[in-house]
Formats: sequence, C-alpha cells, structure tokens
Amino acid sequence: MYVYIIKRLAVAIPTILILVVFSFVLMYWAPGGPFNSERPLPAQVMANIEAKYGLDQPVWKQMIDYVWGVVTRFDFGPSFQYTDRTVNDVIAQGFPVTLTYGFWSAIAAVLVGVTLGIAAALKHNSWLDYIAVGITIGAQALPNFVMAPILVLIFTLWLGWLPGGGWNGGQWQYVIMPVIALSTSYMASIARITRSSMLEVMNSNFIRTARAKGLPMRRVVLRHALKPTLLPVISYLGPAVVGMITGSVVVDIAFSTGGIGQFFVNSAFNRDYSVIMGITILVGMLTITFNLLVDILYAWIDPKIRY
Amino acid sequence: MKLASGDAKLLDETAQLASIRGRSLWADARGRFLRNRAALLGLIVLVLVAIFALFGGYFAKYEPDYVDFSLMGANAYRGVPSFESGHYFGVDFDGRDLFARTVQGTGISMLVGVVGALVAVVVGTLYGATAGYIGGRVDNIMMRTVDILMSIPFMFVLILMLVIFGRSMFMLFLGIGLISWLDMSRIARGQTLSIKNKEFVEAAVATGVRPFTIILRHVVPNLLGIVIVYSTLLVPQMIIFESFISYLGLGIQEPQTSLGALINQGAEQMNNGTLWMLAFPLFFFLVTLFAFFFVGDGLRDALDPKDR
Repeated sequence: MYVYIIKRLAVAIPTILILVVFSFVLMYWAPGGPFNSERPLPAQVMANIEAKYGLDQPVWKQMIDYVWGVVTRFDFGPSFQYTDRTVNDVIAQGFPVTLTYGFWSAIAAVLVGVTLGIAAALKHNSWLDYIAVGITIGAQALPNFVMAPILVLIFTLWLGWLPGGGWNGGQWQYVIMPVIALSTSYMASIARITRSSMLEVMNSNFIRTARAKGLPMRRVVLRHALKPTLLPVISYLGPAVVGMITGSVVVDIAFSTGGIGQFFVNSAFNRDYSVIMGITILVGMLTITFNLLVDILYAWIDPKIRY
Repeated sequence: MKLASGDAKLLDETAQLASIRGRSLWADARGRFLRNRAALLGLIVLVLVAIFALFGGYFAKYEPDYVDFSLMGANAYRGVPSFESGHYFGVDFDGRDLFARTVQGTGISMLVGVVGALVAVVVGTLYGATAGYIGGRVDNIMMRTVDILMSIPFMFVLILMLVIFGRSMFMLFLGIGLISWLDMSRIARGQTLSIKNKEFVEAAVATGVRPFTIILRHVVPNLLGIVIVYSTLLVPQMIIFESFISYLGLGIQEPQTSLGALINQGAEQMNNGTLWMLAFPLFFFLVTLFAFFFVGDGLRDALDPKDR
C-alpha cells in the first residue's frame, strides 16, 4: 500500500512540475510583453517595471524563481494588470466561493445520483427505471453552459423564485442554481454508473446466497450490495471533480458568482498572464491531488486491485 | 473414373453453399444498426442537420454578417421571427439575421466536432496500436505519458494557449486535437493487446513483414469497429467542448460564429425578451448532440461484440 502511494506520488509531483514549466514557457513565448500597451512607455519606466517584476533576469533564472516561489511559498507572483494585488489575493478571494458551490455540487451529485441509480436498478424495467434512464440520457446531452441560462429563464424570469446571479456571501438562494447547473450532468453519469453496477451486483452469486438465507431486501442491499456497487462510482469521482472545477468557469460566468472561474476568464480577456498561469497551475495541482486521493481510496477499498 | 454417389452429393452441396453469400461482420452490424429505431432516427436527424448546415445558406435572405442598422438594438419588437421579413429565426441584438447565423454556427460546430474526432482517431489509434503492439518498456513509457497528459486540466491550458497565441480556428483545432486523442489511444492499445496474439499477426511476423506495416495493415483494420464507435461518441464531446470555449467568448471569433457563441449571446439577451436568440441555436445544438449520442449508442450495440 505505501509503496503504491509513493509510486503514485512519484508520478504526480513531476506532472505538476511539467505543468508549471509548460505554463511558464507558454507565457514567455507570448507575443508582446505584459506591459506593451498602445502608448509605448519611456525606456526608463519600462526598465524599472521590468526590474520590479524580475523580467530583466535571464529566462532560466525567472523560471527557477517562479517555480521556487510556487513550490516553497505557494506564491504565484504579482498580477501584471493590477499593481495592487497579487495572484494569491485573487485566489484567496475567488477560491472559497468556488469551493463552496463545488462542495455542495459534489454532495448533491453523489447523493442524488447513487439513490437514483440504486432505485432504478432495484426496480429494473419498471417506469421508475425508464424515467431514470431518460433523465440520465437527457442530462448528459445538456452541458452546464446550456443548463445555466435555462435555469435562469425558469427560476428567475418566469417564476421569480431565485436571484439570477451574484453570490451575496453564499446565502442559500444564491447557491442553489450554481449547484444545480454544476451537478446535473455528473449526477446523471453517477446514476448511470450506479445503475449498471448495481444490476451486475444483484445478479452475482453472493447476493443470491444472501437472499437465499432469507435476509430482508433492505439488509441485502445495504449490507452486501452497496459496497461493491459503489466501487466504479468512486473511480468516477476523480474525473467528476475535475469536471466540476472546470465547470466552475461556466457557473461563474452565467451567475456572476465571483469564483475563481470569473477571474480566470476576465484575466484571459485582459491578457493578465500571471493570473491565468497561477489559476491554471492551482487547478492542475488540485486535479492531480484529487485523482491521487481517489486512486488511493480505490486501492484501499477494493481488495482486488493490484498495485 | 466415377464418383461415388455420396461424393457427388457432397460436391453438389458445396456448390450450393458457394452460391449463398456469407454474411460479413459489417453486413451483420448494418442489419443490427438498421433494426435499432433510436439509432436510425438519430442518423436521419443527423443527415437533416447536415443538410441544414450545408444548404441552409441558400435559403437565407441575408448574409450571416450583414448588419441591419435599423434593427440594431430594436430586435425585441422589430426583429421577431417571421416569414414576411425573411428573418425566419428573427434578428439578433446587432441586427443580424439569426437564420443565416444559425446555419453558419451549426456548420462550424459540426466541422469542429468532426475534425476533432478525426484527429483523435488518427493520432490516438496509431499511438495506441504502436504502444500495444511493441509492448514492454516502450508501451510503459508511452502509456505513462498519456496518464500524465490526462491529469492536466486541459480546458485551462487551452484557454491559456488561446490567450497567448491569439484566438484562431487553427489554435482551437490544435488544442482540441491535443486533448481528444488520449482516450482513443487507451482504447486502441487495449484492443491491440488482444489482436497481437492472433494467428494472422504471427503469420505476418513469420513472413517477415516489418512491424510498422503490420500495425497499419493488420492491426489497425481490426481496430476499426471499436474506433468507429468511439469516434461517433467523441464528436458530440468535441462539439460540447468547442461550444464551451465559444460560450466563454474565447473560441470562434466574430463575424464567424458557432452554436456555443450563439447560445451565449442568446443567454445574455434573455432579459430583453428575445428568446428566439437562445431557442433556435439551443434547439440545433441539442438535436445534434442527441442524434450523435443515439447513433453512437446504436453503433456500439451493432459493432461492439462485448456488450451483447
């Protein structure tokens, strides 16, 4: 087990480093420096600015400084567009918001998805099953950036129940629509995976034995069937959480929630390279860490896995 | 010399057998596909959408980038969809004909989807087949590379690239191509591992065919079934992907447009009562996606022997 964790770490850490270096090289190649504006600055001013941000150093020194800053101090450097804030300030402001609705989305997707999947599998080929399958197909073809405007249309414009955007410190009315928009497609996938996994498990020998012993259905499902059913769901959690982090860009744009995605897209339009790069690296780290955690969890739960 | 009567009968039967045409794997698959109603419907819808994207432009009364200044900003009450004005789908906020723009958007979205899937098919299949066929350490290194690439949040890296190198169709294709082949290479590799031990590959090796020729001639054709299935399922993913980027305003640039960009504009203008700006692009987007999903599903049932 420990060997497996160390092996996975041995892959994860270089991956993060590759991502950091790759982003840095991309930024270095960018045509036009970050301070090239329409009105050229006087040479002395330019030199001062470049000295301030360390842009007068040779490339390798800049890169090592940057990587060192990220790795040791978790410091992504200053924003190139707003002199009064650093990339860390931006992250500190946007990240809690993203985490809040991301957390609730993950909970909602798993709870609703698993419940729906199990219900559909237990009532195989009933109307409940057909409805569940219909919902999952529908929700899969409905990406979150399509969901979001439809939700606003229904709940804000027609029904007037929920505010159409904003965050307001995370009051529950403001969280509902982002969570629905973000979690629906993952909920559908989880339901589909749970359903097919449950169908397979319910047909297996140990379940037949459990039922033959005369255990009540509740106990068979909860004690015996649930754990093997959830294994494929756990392995799906990695990609799902990654998708939710990416989807936060859409949620932030559609609902103006002020999460990290909003800063990302705004910086993309402002060509604020250091902020884009910082957020990309942060998301990359999160993704890799989460995939690592899920894999370890999976290896820990599933006795069949070889590592 | 005379044949025993039993032999003659046997010969007769063989002759009869030869006249019956054997059913190939593909003919079998076609039959299964055509019996699947949802898949067939999906295929018909796809053809209709493709016709709409290809020839819809001839029916439009306006160019997609023609701006009618008298309608600009007044589209909520004077740009309503109607046959009399020639704006079948209404007018967008800038006074452009939405029918022509939807035709263009559908075309570009489908193009991006198909090209993305094509890149995935070519690169992914060759990469996966090579890794699987050679095996050993090369396989290990090649597939670890795929693992590493897969754990990078490509959406963000692509946006970073689009910002740095400027937005263009080429960048978009490159970015989508960079991501899309990863899954395909895994699938192709897994399938190659089982093909590589078959007798016909052994025979090819024994007759001295070079490894790369074996991959191209003998391995890849046997991957085709599964590759076709996954590429039909890839196309909608690519369409969603491109629309996502365009929705953020970072993809296709004006005056060109894609369904994602149109949906974004429609969503922005929802408060102005111009719902047709959202409804028409959204309709084509969803219909295309659903059709691809159903066709892909039907193809999987028809071609993938595992799932039966």
